Amino acid sequence: MNISKKRMGAIAGVLAISLIGAACSSSSTTKTTTAGTTAATTAETGAPTTSAAAGADYSKLEGSLIASGATFPKSFYDEAIATLADLAPKLTVEYGGGGSGKGRSDLQEQVVDFAGTDGVVKAEDIAKFKGGEFVYVPTVIAPITLSYNLPSVKSLQLSPATIAGIYQLTITNWNDAAIAADNPGVTLPDKAIVAARRADGSGTTENFTKFLKAAVGPDAGGTWALGSGSTVEWPAGTQAGDGNSGVAQIVSSTEGAIGYVDLSDAKANQLAVAAVKNKAGKFVLPTLEGASAAAEGATIKDDLTYFLGWADGDAAYPIAAQTWIIAYTKQADPVKAANIRGFLTYLLNEGQTLAPTIDYAPLPESLRLKAIENIAKIGG
Amino acid sequence: MALALDDLKSKKQIADRTFRGMTIAGGVTIVLILGLIAWTIASKSSLAFRTEGLSFFTERRWAPASNVYGALSFIFGTSVTALIAVVLAVPVSLGIALFTTQVAPSWLKRPIVAMTDLVAVVPSVVFGLWGIIFLAPKLVPVFTTVSGWFHGVPILGRIFGPASAGRTFMTAGLILAIMITPIITSISREVIETCPPTDRDGALALGATRWEMITGAVLTHSAGGIVGAVMLGLGRAMGETIAAALVIGSSPAITANLFSSGDSLPSVIAFEWGEATSDAKRSALIAMGLTLFVMTLIVNFAATYVVNRAMKRMRGES
Repeated sequence: MNISKKRMGAIAGVLAISLIGAACSSSSTTKTTTAGTTAATTAETGAPTTSAAAGADYSKLEGSLIASGATFPKSFYDEAIATLADLAPKLTVEYGGGGSGKGRSDLQEQVVDFAGTDGVVKAEDIAKFKGGEFVYVPTVIAPITLSYNLPSVKSLQLSPATIAGIYQLTITNWNDAAIAADNPGVTLPDKAIVAARRADGSGTTENFTKFLKAAVGPDAGGTWALGSGSTVEWPAGTQAGDGNSGVAQIVSSTEGAIGYVDLSDAKANQLAVAAVKNKAGKFVLPTLEGASAAAEGATIKDDLTYFLGWADGDAAYPIAAQTWIIAYTKQADPVKAANIRGFLTYLLNEGQTLAPTIDYAPLPESLRLKAIENIAKIGG
Repeated sequence: MALALDDLKSKKQIADRTFRGMTIAGGVTIVLILGLIAWTIASKSSLAFRTEGLSFFTERRWAPASNVYGALSFIFGTSVTALIAVVLAVPVSLGIALFTTQVAPSWLKRPIVAMTDLVAVVPSVVFGLWGIIFLAPKLVPVFTTVSGWFHGVPILGRIFGPASAGRTFMTAGLILAIMITPIITSISREVIETCPPTDRDGALALGATRWEMITGAVLTHSAGGIVGAVMLGLGRAMGETIAAALVIGSSPAITANLFSSGDSLPSVIAFEWGEATSDAKRSALIAMGLTLFVMTLIVNFAATYVVNRAMKRMRGES
């Protein structure tokens, strides 16, 4: 009797757990289906025309590709993978994310076919790549916003020196004279500033701090003393959030908060964004056009590496993120090489028209053409 | 006939030997796995210990950009949050354990036991998300009020200092407390249930109240086991990664103020590993893993020792 009761309890428990499980899985399936549908619609509206223009035939691609790396372009790659599936039904591409650092070390160890990275491989690490020479293929760019939460302030302008002051906690109140100087005619509230930043090591932090270092670092005669990197020594008193969404969450839930967040997360959370003063002295809002303008003003090196922050040009937004896919030029398997080339070709043709629909900026035409040249080096 | 007997005997021996082999293999495997883990993290972290030396444990700063790798603030954060968790979880766990074994009517006992066990199966990331979305914002006014009460009081005023945000040592401690409560509860319950009914009945027969019976007979009998349970909970709290990582605030700090943001060993490893590209940083993160491993090992050994001693004493007395 006792045993059967126990057993009943166990069965009930298992049932309850499986019910919860079923509820979770059913909701996640719904989500994927919706994503799938939107992807299909974009493919129907946008892709066929451009694919005709590019003249590429993806239907012959067959097999699978595995990749990992930067999370910043992941939603773009995922969207591209979903729409490419209609054109190349026999090709499966998996992009695992995990961070630029993971992507680079995975490619070093040859556990992935290609890797995504927001940063350039350091000179001392090049020898660690077991597959020999590799190429950079730039894919998309996107602005990094300074999102803020001040219901009474409809538009905000910030200069790099002010941003440096806010993140080094030398400017702690919104009515500070430095902020007022950036915003003539705007009434700023007497409210403490909460500076939000990333808790995890991140390419976004690296791009943001590189911008500050370039604009107001010691070499530029400025006050930014924290250097640059995927993690810097933030002063105690700044608030840390996990991922872009974590920082966005802090900003949206805290009045007086400001945080650096990529454009798509800022939009998703309906955050107000500040215009940032660029190298030409103009205040520019974080838009896809501003990021593209920055890419036009950036110095592109021969290997197609470049840094978008603090770029020249009147319309250039000064804080932007760039990202590359890196792959070995020597490929043992010609089918795999064709698949990598096919996927990258898709990203740089059809993908470029897809990008703005999910808040990524396409590459400027000159850079796009150079990137396509680099694709040909893979396995060729 | 004799042949059949021999046959039977050898069959028995085969079964015996197979069983023996399997158990030995199992035992060896676990030792091997533990040994390999220890060897790997020790060898991979050697770079950090060689370059940083002992200052790895005494340096407060964690500044990968300037090649300074110190673990002290993380060791501090791990210890403080685990201690808060234990201090908060022990009274509640003991309360539940005593209630279900000594006080509750049997129809109420079963659902309460089931509920506490259910808390144990909630994935830790769910606790973390609940903490970050629900608990942390709700705690800010609570922290501010509490810190107002103790403002100006000598020591307490510093411990319950001003709160700037909801993600703090205390928040992480609270979440961890909820997570370790089922462990401490269920082990304590098992231990308390081994208390011989004669002891309890004897105490009651001598005119003891229920409270006196619990403190005099039940708790003295099971003290060792309960201490062991608490230490197991402590070990779990120290090693918990994602729930703590989400609510601790990720600002390495050493301060008496429990209402300030901090960071812990497992959380920094989880958050920084993905972008740890330099050998020095990777090695420093693995060295933190080794530190945590050693800390939890010490706690677990201590727990085993305490429990064993208590059991020996019990046997000796009875």
